[in-house]
Amino acid sequence: MSELLDKLALYLQYPFVRYAIIVGVLIALCSSLLGVTLVLKRYSFIGDGLSHVAFGAMAIAAIAGLTNEMPLVLLITVISAVLLLRTGQNAKIKGDAAVAMVSVGALAIGYLLMNLFSKSSNLSGDVCSTLFGSTSILTLTKTEVWICCALSVVVVAIFLFFYHKIFSVTFDENFARATGTKAGLYNLLIAIVIAVIIVLAMNLVGSLLISALVIFPALAAMRLFKSFLSVTVFAAIFSVICALLGLLIAVVAGTPVGSTIVAVDIVAFAVCWIVGVVKGGLRK
Amino acid sequence: MALLTCKDLSLGYEGHEIVRGLNFEVHSGDYLCIVGENGSGKSTLMKTVLGLQPPLGGTVRTGDGLAQNEIGYLPQQTVVQRDFPASVREIVLSGCGGRMGLRPFYSKEEKQLAKDMMEKLGLTALAKRCYRELSGGQQQRVLLARALCATKKLLLLDEPVSGLDPKVTIEMYALIARLNRDEGITVIMISHDIGAAVRYASHILHIGNTVFFGTRDEYLASDLSDSFLKGGEAE
Repeated sequence: MSELLDKLALYLQYPFVRYAIIVGVLIALCSSLLGVTLVLKRYSFIGDGLSHVAFGAMAIAAIAGLTNEMPLVLLITVISAVLLLRTGQNAKIKGDAAVAMVSVGALAIGYLLMNLFSKSSNLSGDVCSTLFGSTSILTLTKTEVWICCALSVVVVAIFLFFYHKIFSVTFDENFARATGTKAGLYNLLIAIVIAVIIVLAMNLVGSLLISALVIFPALAAMRLFKSFLSVTVFAAIFSVICALLGLLIAVVAGTPVGSTIVAVDIVAFAVCWIVGVVKGGLRK
Repeated sequence: MALLTCKDLSLGYEGHEIVRGLNFEVHSGDYLCIVGENGSGKSTLMKTVLGLQPPLGGTVRTGDGLAQNEIGYLPQQTVVQRDFPASVREIVLSGCGGRMGLRPFYSKEEKQLAKDMMEKLGLTALAKRCYRELSGGQQQRVLLARALCATKKLLLLDEPVSGLDPKVTIEMYALIARLNRDEGITVIMISHDIGAAVRYASHILHIGNTVFFGTRDEYLASDLSDSFLKGGEAE
């Protein structure tokens, strides 16, 4: 045990490990906050869809030879998010179908483009690390860490400031709109924030696993808690603890960061589920 | 001056007209029931009055000091709400949301208002309970309390008793009638239940192939109610 701790202490001396932990925890916090809203609005898969869009956008940026791909990726993802969430209940193509369409489409186009135009010798390696985020979180620069911190602060601030509006719009959009809340505006805000989080989170867990960061904390919290506030707070705590634990295990055991975090999420979700069932059973 | 005036209203989706030439007024203290067959445009009318969708033609005007965002609305329940993790108090409070503007948190008055409304509808003991664990009738009362937080004047109810058992249905109707009579709240209700409509309402708006608007007594005297009432019994 002490050997393990020594190893951990050794790794923590490296700045890139500390950066990874800071960024990982912040992203886990941000994604869980909006996860509750997304799950309840039946948009669980938007994380998946948007991250594939971001993947496609990265492929385009790579081909265009852009040195800084972030702005383009962010722009394309934000536009997609706005379009997907805006359609709402009256759309001709329903939410889940639209997300699925965009998700698969962007993934295919992205891979196709990379395949046709990439100059890299290790194409499948590149694709794999974009999809699973295997190592890029360990290669973050100081600037990227600062950007991530700043954006996280903005996301949390927006969430706190608009908490009650987000609740109204999630629970009953028509009522909110009828009584004078600008529901369209808040949907737009949610969409933009989601897109920003996803582009950030791609570094951490990669495209394929982002959904896990969005849905597991929310679902786990919904097993145990009964008010929106307690669900939101628990989801945030759950997500931060799982991300921290996952990162530490990944660092010490040398496993891929993204999948380790998701594995921890799965285990923790199972625990919450069992506790929920036992508690529910006792009450009856 | 009427609370709500609809003039030459045409309703529909994407240029497809369902109803045309709708004219009616709602005055303070009225209890208007909107009846008609499925697909006759009742819910579309409701959405148009609430400003959720624009009319194809004609106008909806609010008057008598009623602002567009002061209409309390009791919607039909959506699938999303049925398993929504929220406490009764959180939902009732959200009725105050419309007047907050950019202010991020509820004021003391708004919290008190929500408390009073919960008291009025007998929800105080349930305040901390989870919405999805309540019975259908309790859920409707929660949504009604929320609507009352949004308005002091006009309530719009979209099929408020659908899915409720007969006993709870009677209680719900009695509650609505009490709000109308004792609190002076104007009520507009969409209903399939023509029997209840003629029992409680002061005015009836019948939409469909023929449009009727008038007091309850005028409606009972008309041919339209005959066929519709009999049809209702045959079901």
